[in-house]
Amino acid sequence: MEPIIRVEHISKTFETGNGQVEAVKDISFSLDKGDIFGIIGLSGAGKSTLVRCLNLLEKPDEGGVYIEGKNLLELSPKALRKERQDIGMIFQHFNLLMQRNVLDNVCFPLEIAGARRKEARIRAMELLGIVGLAEKAKAYPAQLSGGQKQRVAIARVLANNPKILLCDEATSALDPQTTKAILNLLKEINEKYGITIIVITHEMAVVREICSKVAVLDHGSLAEQGTVEELFGAPKTEAAKRLVLNGGGTADVG
Amino acid sequence: MLDETIRGMLVEGTWATLYMTLVSTFFGYVVGLPLGIVLAITDKEGLKSNVVAYKLLDFVVNLTRSVPFLILLILVMPLTKLIVGQSYGSTATIVPLTIAAAPFIGRMVESSLKEVDKGVIEAAQSMGAGTFTIIWKVLLAEARTSLLVGVTIAIGTILGYSAMAGVVGGGGLGDIAIRYGYYRYETGVMLVTIFILVVLVQILQGIGMLLSKKLDRRRV
Repeated sequence: MEPIIRVEHISKTFETGNGQVEAVKDISFSLDKGDIFGIIGLSGAGKSTLVRCLNLLEKPDEGGVYIEGKNLLELSPKALRKERQDIGMIFQHFNLLMQRNVLDNVCFPLEIAGARRKEARIRAMELLGIVGLAEKAKAYPAQLSGGQKQRVAIARVLANNPKILLCDEATSALDPQTTKAILNLLKEINEKYGITIIVITHEMAVVREICSKVAVLDHGSLAEQGTVEELFGAPKTEAAKRLVLNGGGTADVG
Repeated sequence: MLDETIRGMLVEGTWATLYMTLVSTFFGYVVGLPLGIVLAITDKEGLKSNVVAYKLLDFVVNLTRSVPFLILLILVMPLTKLIVGQSYGSTATIVPLTIAAAPFIGRMVESSLKEVDKGVIEAAQSMGAGTFTIIWKVLLAEARTSLLVGVTIAIGTILGYSAMAGVVGGGGLGDIAIRYGYYRYETGVMLVTIFILVVLVQILQGIGMLLSKKLDRRRV
């Protein structure tokens, strides 16, 4: 069966004031539907660039990103925008529209997809129910806690029934307890809707909590990848050992 | 102190000033808003980065902004005559006022739009939003309070410029202040016009600030 996402030899180099930085170097991996894949690494390892290459927010210089066999790099801008509706993304700082209330934030991706206003609102209310925030529909993001904001972001990302969900340090701005609740919600979404999830994080505990597969990113390259048991049980490379055995310098969850 | 004719003239002058200011602000935004949007999105970190386009517009805006209004007023007289049919009076003053206001407004719009959180723009892109949707539903919507503060500043500045138009017989309160206060040494009339100008600016500023505060959802 065609993997849901297949990344082949992607590289990305940035021009900076002090020369070139190779943020992502020749990375390949593929995931099956329903996987929860963790990408761990220290700050500056290229995690954010890598995850942005998966929905082409960052365009890889080389290689291919195949979603169900379709190479995103070969799509027209319009086709890419359509494809992005199948690849949701949540962020460390939630990135909600501050001037819209919670309900309208969840309606936003539906507006982009061309849904009618009335139907969008019904769907948005249903999603707010799923993330447990139905009573906050009329509140504005500024009135919510971090965990609540991330729940709104999750409701928003689910609106167009994505096949893949990218999480860029989605729990890094949250306290351990809230982190755990959000992770549980992600796990629930994965099981209920079969959404493939890619988690970028520097928190080992997050990976241990929800991931099935994991890869270690070190200086822009994948140092090692395998199942969570393999990698945490017997890390082979230097980079993996450093992260796994020292816990990456971050506190444990729960 | 003020006789019937002068009072009538002041009322008329106030209307003329408001007319020039508001109509010029309107046309200023007709040109300045798209200009500001283009400036914001073509800049280096922008949505549709285009260094050549940005540099070109940037240069034109700076060029226009470096001509003092009084000089601009005289410089564009032939154009004014072409558009309005005459180069004096309130309606004629709208032409140079608009030309002076548009680049200034463009700059303010640019800076308001650049304040919008890059992460939110990125989120919209990740949802498959196109450039037009992002401009309309993210940039302009999220920056609306800052844009409204900009409108308030623009009105205040254009009102100030409109008073200068008095020098070339542009009409309005500035015209009256110069004719009576400067040419005829009637300080009383001048002081009254100044008083009216102060009140106008205060009212317009007050309305603008109130609106922008009312519309801001970032505060709890």
